[in-house]
Amino acid sequence: MILNRRRFLGTAAASAALLSSPVALGQTRPRVVIIGGGAGGATAARYIAKDSAGAIEVILIEPSRTYYTCFFSNLAIGGFQPLSKLAHSYGTLASEYGVTVVHDWASAVDREKKEVRLAGGDAISYDRLVLSPGIDFVKEAIEGWDVTAQTKMPHAYKAGTQTQLLKAQIEAMPEGGTFAMVAPPNPYRCPPGPYERVSMVAHVLKQRNPTAKILILDPKEKFSKQGLFMEGWENHYAGMVDWLTDEFTGGVQRVDPNTMEVVLEDETIKADVCNVIPAMQAGGIAQQAGLTNDEGWCPIVPATLQSRMDDNIHVLGDATQNGDMPKSGFSANSQAKAAAMAIRHALTGSRAFKPRFSNTCWSLISTDNGVKVGASYVATDEKIAKVDGFISQNNEDDALRRRTYEESLGWYAGMTADMFG
Amino acid sequence: MRDMIPALLPAVLALGFLSEAASVASAQDAVRGERLFNACLSCHDVGEDAKNRIGPHLNGVFDRKAASVDGATYSKAMKRAGADGLRWTLDTLNIYIENPKNLVSGTRMNYRGMRKEKDRSDLLAYLRQFSVSPANIPEASASLLQQDAPSLHEETYLDGDAEYGEYLSGECTSCHQSSGADKGIPSITGWPQPDFVIALRAYQKGHRPHPVMQMIAKRLSEEEIAALAAYYKDQN
Repeated sequence: MILNRRRFLGTAAASAALLSSPVALGQTRPRVVIIGGGAGGATAARYIAKDSAGAIEVILIEPSRTYYTCFFSNLAIGGFQPLSKLAHSYGTLASEYGVTVVHDWASAVDREKKEVRLAGGDAISYDRLVLSPGIDFVKEAIEGWDVTAQTKMPHAYKAGTQTQLLKAQIEAMPEGGTFAMVAPPNPYRCPPGPYERVSMVAHVLKQRNPTAKILILDPKEKFSKQGLFMEGWENHYAGMVDWLTDEFTGGVQRVDPNTMEVVLEDETIKADVCNVIPAMQAGGIAQQAGLTNDEGWCPIVPATLQSRMDDNIHVLGDATQNGDMPKSGFSANSQAKAAAMAIRHALTGSRAFKPRFSNTCWSLISTDNGVKVGASYVATDEKIAKVDGFISQNNEDDALRRRTYEESLGWYAGMTADMFG
Repeated sequence: MRDMIPALLPAVLALGFLSEAASVASAQDAVRGERLFNACLSCHDVGEDAKNRIGPHLNGVFDRKAASVDGATYSKAMKRAGADGLRWTLDTLNIYIENPKNLVSGTRMNYRGMRKEKDRSDLLAYLRQFSVSPANIPEASASLLQQDAPSLHEETYLDGDAEYGEYLSGECTSCHQSSGADKGIPSITGWPQPDFVIALRAYQKGHRPHPVMQMIAKRLSEEEIAALAAYYKDQN
C-alpha cells in the first residue's frame, strides 16, 4: 500500500478510533465480506479498505477474474469501443488496497452463523456482509426462453461473452434481415439500455446492411429518454426502427429459439437476430439469503443500505428496491459510498455524515451524439427520494452532443478508477 | 415642433427625452470604457480589421458562443464551456470580466479581474459598440449592471473541514478522477481554494451552464463547498 500523507493520517485516525471501539478492542480486526465485484461491490471494497486504512479486513468474493462492465457494452456492439477496453481485473484492489479477492461463487449465506459459503467448499464468517449481486432473469418470464437458449437468442444484459455473441450475430445478418428485441418490463437494469442498444444496432446496420429492419417488442407504454431516442432514430436511422408496444401486438406470447420465431397475439415474427431481455429480479444469492420481497427485490434502509430483513447485511445496486434511484452502475457506485461510510462508522467508530446519492446515465445515439439524464437523491425514512434532476434537450447542437459523448468517456474512466483503483 | 398638434406633443417629447438620455449616458460610459480597454489591448483587438491576438478579437462578442471565433486559440476549458452552452451576453461578460475564473476555471485569460461595477459597465458600453445588431444585446439585463454582480466573486470562504470534504468527494470521484486525469471531464485536484469555491458558487447560481454540475452544486451548503475546497487543494 502506498502511504501518502492522507493515508498515513487516515491510519493514525483509524488507530485512534480502534482503541475506543468495543468491537475491535483486544480482538482481531472486524471483517467485511462483499459478494459481487461490480459497480456496487468493487466500490464498497475499495472505499472501506481505503478509508479504514487497514482497520477493517475486506474480503471480496467475485467469480470472474476479468470483469466486463455492463455500462458501455452497447458501445462495443456499435463498434465505438473494443470489448477488451471494458475488461478490468481486481489486481489493484489486492495490491494497493489490501483487499482479499476470492474468485469463487458465493453459494449460500447463513445469516444465523453470519457466514458465507462458497461453491468451492469454504465458509467465510463476517461482521458485516455487503451484497451486490446484480440481477438475474425471472425464470419462465418468456415462454420458450431459458438460459440454454441464450446462444440462439442472446440477452447480452450481462457483459462479455454475450456482448460479443450478439455483436457477431448482428454483423452476420442477411441483407434486409430483421433484428427483433424483446424488451423487458419495469423495473430492470439500466433503463435507457435497450434503447441505446437499438441505436447502436441501427448504427451498425446502416453501414453494413441498410435495408435491414429493427423491431422492438415492448411491454412498456413509455421508456427512458424516449423523446431523445425517437428524435435520434428519426434523424439518423429513418425507417429502420419500429417500436411496438403490447397494446399494438397483444404482447409476446412465446419465443422459439430453434425456428427464431417470436409469437405475438395475432402474428408470428421470423427474426434473423433476436435479442431477448427477460424480466429481472435480484441476483440469486439474495433470493437464497431470504433478503428479497414478493417482487423479487431487496428492500433497504435508505440511509445505510441495510437490508430491511437483516441489520448485518447491506444490499447495493440493481438488487435493491430503494425508492427512486434507477438500477445503474452509477447508482450502485453512489450507494456503495454511503454504505461504506455507515459500515466504517459501525465497526470502527469513524465519523458518519449525511449520505448523498446521485446518478447520471449517458447514452450514445449515433456518432458523437451523446445524451444524458440524471438526478440527485436524499434518504428519507421510507425511501431514497429524488430531489432534483435534468435531461438533455431535443434539438441540441452538434457541439453539445459531441461534448456529452466525450464527457461519457471521461465518466467511464473516472467510474472504473473509482471502482477498481 | 411648434406645428405639431398638441395631442401628440407629450409622446414625442417623452421619446426624445428618453433616447437623448440613453445616448448621453452610453456615450459617457463608452469613452471611459475605451480608456479602460487599454488594459485588454495587449491580448484583445477590437474595431475595423481587428485580428486575433493572444485572445480572440472582440467584434460581435455579444451573443457569441464562447470559444467560437475562427482561428483564435482557446483553452480546453473555454472550449468545453462553449460546447456546454456558455454564450457571451451582458450578464455573462459582466461576471467573466469581474473575475474570469468565475465562469471558466482553466481559462487562458490571465487577468485578475475588474472588481468595480462602474468600470465593467463602462467597458461593456464601449465593447457593445462593436457588436452589430442591437437586438442581440438584451436591454432588460442592463438592470443587472445597476446592482453589483452576484456575490460569487467574494473571495471569502469558510475554512473547510477537509475530512468532511473527503467524504463529500465521493460524489465527485464518480466522474472526476482522483488521479487528476483530465479526459472528457476536467480535473479538480490541487486547485487553489478560492477557485474551487467560486466555481461551485457559479454552478449553484446557474451562471455556468453544465446541468450535472448545477444539480450537484445546488445542494451543497457553503460549509460543504468549503470542505470540498479544503480537501481538494491538497490532492495532487
